[in-house]
Amino acid sequence: MTFEYAPAPESRYIVSIKPKYGHFINGSFVAGKKHFPTINPATEEILSHIALGGVTDVDKAVMAAQKAYTKTWSKLSGKERGKYLYRISRILQERAREFAVLETLDNGKPIRETRDIDIPLVAAHFFYHAGWADKLDYAGLGHSPKAYGVAGQIIPWNFPLLMLAWKVAPALATGNTVVLKPAETTSLTALLFAEVCQQAELPEGVVNIVTGDGSTGAAIVNHPKIHKIAFTGSTDVGKKIARAIASTDKKATLELGGKGANIVFDDAPVDETVEGIVNGIFFNQGHVCCAGSRLIVQESVAEEIIEKLKVRMAKIRVGDPLDKNTDLGAINSKEQLLKINKLSAVGDAEGAERWSPQCKLSDKGFWFPPTIFTGVTQANRIAQEEIFGPVLSVLTFRTPQEAIDKANNSPFGLSAGIWSEKGSRIFWASQHLKAGVIWANTFNKFDPASPFGGYKESGWGREGGKHGLAAYLKNGKETGAK
Amino acid sequence: MATKKESRVEVKKTYKLFINGAFPRSESGRVFEVTAKNGDFIANSALASRKDLRDAVTVARAAQPGWAKATAYNRGQILYRIAEMMEGRADQFESEIALSSQMTPTKAKALVSEAIDRWVWYAGWSDKLQAVSGATNPVSGPFFNFSIAEPQGVVAIASADNFLEFIDALGAAIVSGNTAIVLVPGALAVPAMSFAEVLATSDLPAGVINLLTGSLDELAPWAASHMDIDGFDISGIAKKKQGALKEAGAENLKRIHSFESGKSPARILAFMESKTVWHPVGI
Repeated sequence: MTFEYAPAPESRYIVSIKPKYGHFINGSFVAGKKHFPTINPATEEILSHIALGGVTDVDKAVMAAQKAYTKTWSKLSGKERGKYLYRISRILQERAREFAVLETLDNGKPIRETRDIDIPLVAAHFFYHAGWADKLDYAGLGHSPKAYGVAGQIIPWNFPLLMLAWKVAPALATGNTVVLKPAETTSLTALLFAEVCQQAELPEGVVNIVTGDGSTGAAIVNHPKIHKIAFTGSTDVGKKIARAIASTDKKATLELGGKGANIVFDDAPVDETVEGIVNGIFFNQGHVCCAGSRLIVQESVAEEIIEKLKVRMAKIRVGDPLDKNTDLGAINSKEQLLKINKLSAVGDAEGAERWSPQCKLSDKGFWFPPTIFTGVTQANRIAQEEIFGPVLSVLTFRTPQEAIDKANNSPFGLSAGIWSEKGSRIFWASQHLKAGVIWANTFNKFDPASPFGGYKESGWGREGGKHGLAAYLKNGKETGAK
Repeated sequence: MATKKESRVEVKKTYKLFINGAFPRSESGRVFEVTAKNGDFIANSALASRKDLRDAVTVARAAQPGWAKATAYNRGQILYRIAEMMEGRADQFESEIALSSQMTPTKAKALVSEAIDRWVWYAGWSDKLQAVSGATNPVSGPFFNFSIAEPQGVVAIASADNFLEFIDALGAAIVSGNTAIVLVPGALAVPAMSFAEVLATSDLPAGVINLLTGSLDELAPWAASHMDIDGFDISGIAKKKQGALKEAGAENLKRIHSFESGKSPARILAFMESKTVWHPVGI
């Protein structure tokens, strides 16, 4: 007897999408000049048209943010700033389902994730930072640390609203105003967030949202009135930003790529580990900068782990992101699907062995099955480059030191996982791993109280927790922090 | 039909205690008269007995593990919810404080605004205390060593006769995961019992906050000698009477503290214990 899942789609009628959007500048929506379509990546249906912001739009937004900073926001006490953030958090909680459905439509990620992970974390992030606004004296940065002024924030498409929260909440809590650009393919929840700012009666100009593409982002980075850049995205663009601001006094935090090592020692609990590997790489279609995309497993248990992993992968439900039973949704864009296909083909060519379970993929939309490559060596491109998709590269090791060496053999250093029942080994490994976030016997856990960010080419600075506040407050001793 | 309009007779509130989320009368049946500054009668407030105190300690003890186990985020949200409910009743608090204390309506209004904001300030501490007070300790040797702060347990509070100080003492005691029994002196019973009504509609688990109205001279020594109370905030007790309470509290080495009015995370940490964990590091 086999059990089949009946379709369990979440209703999309909770959201209403306008045919066309402008920018959100100085507290209200202003019409854009040129527009581009935004689609549902699961169906390729055009959802709306998004304004393509240019230098003039960015300038207007920066001027509004500058004025808001000088006239209102910097004059408010932390206590009052905090109350606006609490309001935003509460409104996000009230409208959580609407945001979850809209995010799933625009991004392609499963409703289970937007509903249970993304949106609750968004509200939590605002709530947490609301509480910091009047406690900055306790952040360890000296007495009355000062804001930069206008922060320019550029966010990616993999966790659209969550990345907005990671950027906007600490910036506002610390007294900065912001000009934010959502990713080209996922602007809708940011534009709905603009409505939340209006409902919260946030003073006009404190949050400005300019939609667009890379050129819009460049206009933000290069604007002379922006003193602080916060970027999450690819390492390539991160390096471009670092070069662009090199001869200026601008400060930046960069949250870039990763090639997370998920290390499995021979004493790891097998079933939990397999579950953790699946969560590590197939969460959010693998569109996760901190994904555990390299499985580094001890040789003596590799066969057993891989076998069980394949059995588990065959149970992953790929399909309609709005279906509450879906585990793996759509790839966010055609462009990203091409990149995943291309790097996977490189894996084949380099001699690694590809395996995917049988799954029926829709003709419309962008899809990629959960995939593992075994027999991968350190020199292979699929062991070095970020694929940013549901593709796992498997390497093996014999001694704990070899595991560390392989894990650290990467230009990135964002995350790592350790699977072992032995506490001392976990702490030993975590001491030697060059990564900003290390999960032991778990993976892909996020909390506003926990700092996030990477070593090496995974970026600069941390977001979240007490550490994240430093990114938005001047260090009095550092030159150029004006 | 009668044409003359009848003046409406006000429906007055019965003042009781707040224990375990319910509003019982004092088991002793005793009351004391609360009057306005002009001498007008306001209420017969319940005069809590030693047995009421013991009952309150029992329920506070029972509620404590659950409250401490709630995530810091959850405790923060519940505290914030209390502030939301207070805001909705701000007018009521203001008029009650103006009526039952020596404060002018203008001062009462400012005090209530400050009290609500202060409560929000405490709400925000729930998930930040560890970041400010905890530490990983660089011990010499292959050990991972960290210290975290944990709530003490059941804290009694002898509140000063001022609504803001009542809020300060209570917010500091419970945000970390302690449960509390507040000894509410005299006419503070009027706004304090309205605060209890706020608590009853704020998703706060029963027993986390318990309010006993009455006489501090009677109640405080009983609290000081109670063996199942871990901490005692005696900020509302006159300096010359504090020694006797500390002496009584020495029997179970209660953590007894008195604070100047005002906010400080030190006040929260005073009713927490530091716990240090050693763990070996090695292959």
